[in-house]
Amino acid sequence: MIWQLFVTFAKIGVFAFGGGYAVIPLMQREVVTLHGWLSAGQMVDVIALSQMTPGPVAINLATLVGYHTAGLTGAVVATLGLIMPTAVAIAVLARFFLVLQERPPVQAVLAGIKPMVIALIFAAAVFIFANAASSAKGTIIALTVLLLSASSRWHPMALIILSGIIGIIIY
Amino acid sequence: MRNYSGQANTVVITWRLFTGFFRIGAFTVGGGYAMLPLIQHYIVEKKHWVDKNEFLDLIALAQSFPGVIAINTAAVIGYRINGLSGALAAMLGAGLPSFMIILLLVNYFFRFRNNIYVSHFLAGARAGVVGLLVYAACSLGTRILRNMRAWFIFGIGVLLLVFLHVHPATAVITSAILGYLLFAGREGS
Repeated sequence: MIWQLFVTFAKIGVFAFGGGYAVIPLMQREVVTLHGWLSAGQMVDVIALSQMTPGPVAINLATLVGYHTAGLTGAVVATLGLIMPTAVAIAVLARFFLVLQERPPVQAVLAGIKPMVIALIFAAAVFIFANAASSAKGTIIALTVLLLSASSRWHPMALIILSGIIGIIIY
Repeated sequence: MRNYSGQANTVVITWRLFTGFFRIGAFTVGGGYAMLPLIQHYIVEKKHWVDKNEFLDLIALAQSFPGVIAINTAAVIGYRINGLSGALAAMLGAGLPSFMIILLLVNYFFRFRNNIYVSHFLAGARAGVVGLLVYAACSLGTRILRNMRAWFIFGIGVLLLVFLHVHPATAVITSAILGYLLFAGREGS
């Protein structure tokens, strides 16, 4: 179990491009669909919580999932697993990568991954909407947040807390 | 690459990297991108460890590695300033606060998740997250989806992820291959 947690989160670390939001489909696939460590509903709540607590979203998710699956050891192992590939890659490659990065093939590959990051974030939105927000009330809250994000400089955490308060009032 | 270990005690710099990233990790909500301005303030304006242009290069480098943006950024900057020990100190500093805060909250979270107020709060928060995600996809989209090839890869991605439910890792590999085939030798797009 512990080893499986480590391997799973290391795998997530290797394929996580584009930051916390883009990691959501990867986590959902591994944690909910493949291993059944969390239910889809728990996963969605954990995602909401990880937007409200400080720090990197993916670290929050790894710690939460690891703890829920195997206690403190699980939390440590999942979080270390998540950052291990990066730590190794940076230790080994950082020296060469600034040069390597300028090479056209590397640029082309990175240019290909960028649009996929948007598709991943979109897929995360679809997953959460389908599992947790696909009601008239949920749609109204989602649209409100979308409009406030687009039209003002509201901080994401403030928007999530506002959504929660609206939730207490209307649900 | 210059190394700053000659200018001051390496142990002191390692410690400052740790505490600097720890403070940023403890007080920024919203993930890696929200941390970038604070990291820039600390590293560039306050400590003058690197100048702004080099900082932007390092950020670009950090984002082209897979993994957690905030941790990658910490690792690359820490490495640049103080080698491997700097990288480890900065990574640990950036990750530790959220790890500890989650450990403090996790028991209450799973216990009170079904409390009526908490569950209604979460119901609202989940819907809010959908709004945030759609906004993030749109604002990234206006910057990245600027030619047919990018739109094509995005379309393939939506098809694979939303309709065919392939593993996201497979989708990332597919996009890397498509990027190599479509963008190689056609710079400036």
